[in-house]
Amino acid sequence: MGALVELEREYSRIKDDPDFKTQLEYYLREFVGRPTPLYFAANLTRKTKGAKIYIKREDLAHGGAHKINNTMGQALLAKRMGKKRVIAETGAGQHGVASAIACAALGLRCEVYMGSEDVERQKLNVFRMHLLGTTVHPVTSGSRTLKDAINESFRDWVTNVANTYYLLGSVVGPHPYPMIVRDFQSVIGREIRDEIMRIEGRLPDAIVACVGGGSNSMGAFYTFIPDKQVGLYGVEAGGLGLTSHKHAATLCAGQEGVFHGMLTYVLQDEDGQIQPTHSISAGLDYPGVGPEHSYLKATGRATYAAVADKQALEGFMELSKTEGIIPALEPAHAVHFAMNLAAKMRPDQILVINLSGRGDKDVNVVAEKLGVKL
Amino acid sequence: MSTISKTFAELKERHEAALIAYITVGDPALKSTPRFAGALIEGGADLVELGIPFSDPIADGPTIQAAVQRSLMSGARPIDALRVAREIEEKYDTPLVLMTYYNPIFRFGLNKFLTSAKRSGISGIIVPDLPVEEAVDYKKECVASSLDTIFLASPSTEPQRLREIVSRTTGYLYLISLYGVTGIRPNLPNSALELVKKYSAALDGAVPLAVGFGISQPKHVHDLVRAGADGVIVGSAFVKIVGENSRDVGRASTKLTRLARRLKKAAI
Repeated sequence: MGALVELEREYSRIKDDPDFKTQLEYYLREFVGRPTPLYFAANLTRKTKGAKIYIKREDLAHGGAHKINNTMGQALLAKRMGKKRVIAETGAGQHGVASAIACAALGLRCEVYMGSEDVERQKLNVFRMHLLGTTVHPVTSGSRTLKDAINESFRDWVTNVANTYYLLGSVVGPHPYPMIVRDFQSVIGREIRDEIMRIEGRLPDAIVACVGGGSNSMGAFYTFIPDKQVGLYGVEAGGLGLTSHKHAATLCAGQEGVFHGMLTYVLQDEDGQIQPTHSISAGLDYPGVGPEHSYLKATGRATYAAVADKQALEGFMELSKTEGIIPALEPAHAVHFAMNLAAKMRPDQILVINLSGRGDKDVNVVAEKLGVKL
Repeated sequence: MSTISKTFAELKERHEAALIAYITVGDPALKSTPRFAGALIEGGADLVELGIPFSDPIADGPTIQAAVQRSLMSGARPIDALRVAREIEEKYDTPLVLMTYYNPIFRFGLNKFLTSAKRSGISGIIVPDLPVEEAVDYKKECVASSLDTIFLASPSTEPQRLREIVSRTTGYLYLISLYGVTGIRPNLPNSALELVKKYSAALDGAVPLAVGFGISQPKHVHDLVRAGADGVIVGSAFVKIVGENSRDVGRASTKLTRLARRLKKAAI
C-alpha cells in the first residue's frame, strides 16, 4: 500500500510537469512513430456495404502494438522517480517486449515475469526480450499464465520496492494503475478525434476495440466518453463460446469481484476462486478487466460483446486479404464485430476500428488452425 | 473484552509472548485440519490462524502457495473453513482467527460471512488484501458481529497511515517484519528487530503487537520478543511440515507439536 501511495503522489506531481510532457512527446513522435495513421478502409467499406470504416493503425507503432504508449510513459516516470530496476508482467509477450524496448531506450534494467506456459507458447517474444537486454523469469505458480505473472510481479515489488518500479501493462490492478495506464493510452483517442475531424469534419458514430484487460479500448474510448453521439463497443474473447467455460469474456459472463486490487467483473466460481481462461489470442486471456470498463458497462455508456475464436480467425483472414493488413488476433475480434456492425449502419455513418497490433506474432497459431505446416 | 484481548492480557501477566500458528484449511484434506490445529495447541500455540484457500494468494511465498494448491485440489471451500473452525472450537478454548483474501468473503456476502464466522466460534479476521482505506463497511460489520479486526502494517507504512490502521485494529496488530511475502528465511534481518522496537514504542500498549513473515526458529522468536513483540506469527514453517508429511497425518501432527513447543519456549 505504501508503494501505491508513493506512486500516486509521484505520478500526480510529475504528469503535468512541462519537461516530462516534452520528453514523452519527443519519444512518442521520434521513437514510437506517433501519430499513427487513421486509414480509410475503402475495400472493407465496399464489401460490408454499410458505414465508412476507418482503421486506427496502432499496429504501426514501434514494437507492433499500442503497448509502447504506456511503457514509454511509465518508464519515463520510473526514471523520474529514481528507480533503477523495472519489472513487468506479460502474457503473450507484447507488453514484455514493449517494456524491454522502453527500458533499453532509457537505460533502465528490465525484468519480466511470464507464466511458464506462455514462455513455451511465445518463444519468439521471449527471444526478442533477450535481444533487448531483458531477463525473463518463467512463473510456475498457479495456472502459469498472465494472472500468475501479475501475482509474481506484485510479490517481487513488495520485496524490492525501494529500487524497483512495477510497470503494469493494462488498465487493471490497484489504483493508481488503471488511471496511469488509461492516461498514457488515451493518446489513441485524442489522435482519432483530430484525424477524423480533419478528414470528415465530424466525430465517428462508433468506435470498436477489443478488450482483454482493456488498455487499447480504454485508450480509444476515453476522450469520447462525454460525446454521447459516439457509440463505444468493446469486444471480448468468446473463446469456444460463453457456455463452454473456455473463454475470457469477463464483462459478458463474469460477476463482480475483488481481484488484483480492484472491484470489477471477474471470471470466478461461486466461492470467489478465480477461473482459468481461454482465448485464441493470449493477449485477451485474463480473468479480470479494467474497473473503468465495468463502470462504462454499468452506466450503459459502452456496449460489450464477445467474439469466438473461430470468428476472430475470420476477421484475421478478412482484413489480411481485403485490406492488406495482417492484424493481431486480439483486434481481429474487433474486426469481426465491426464488420457486422458496419453492415447494419448507413453509408453516411462512420465507424472506427482500433487495430491495436500487427499479426506477425500470430502467424504460427493461425497456420496451425488452418492446418498449414510452416 | 474479546477472547483474543483476554488471551494477550493473561499472557502479559505471565510475562509471556503469544505464539500464533497459521495453517491452511483443507491442506492436505479437510479432516486433517482439526487434528493439526489440536497438535499446535498441545504444543503451546496461544492462537490459531486458519487460512481459507484462495486461487491467487498474492501475499504468500511458495510454501503457502503450495498449501493453497493442495487445499483447493482437495476441494476445500470457504464454508468448510467455518465448519472446521466449529469443530476445533468445541474442543479447545484457544481463540481462532480466520485469514482470507477478500474475494471469497465478497462472494459469500460480507454480512453473511461474518455472522457465520462468529457463529462458528471465530474471534477475529485478517484480510491481507483489504487496506484500511477500503474497510469501512467491513469494520462496521465486524463490530456488529463482535469480531476482532486484525489489520496489517509493514515497514513501508507511513506514520499517519499507521495511526489510521491502529485506530481500526482490535485483537492484535499484524506487523509484517520485512519487505516481501510469507516464507521461511534462515536469518531475521536486523531491520525487523529495529522495526519491532519502533512499533512497540509507537503503539505504547494501545493494541498488542504481533510480528509475522519469515519467522521459523526459536532464536527469531526470542529476539523479536526481546525487542518488544507481544506475539509472533509462524506460518510457513508449520505449513512446510504439513507439506512434507501430507501422507502421514500422525507424523505431521507430532512434528507440529514439537516445533510449536520449541517456539513457545522461546516466547517465555
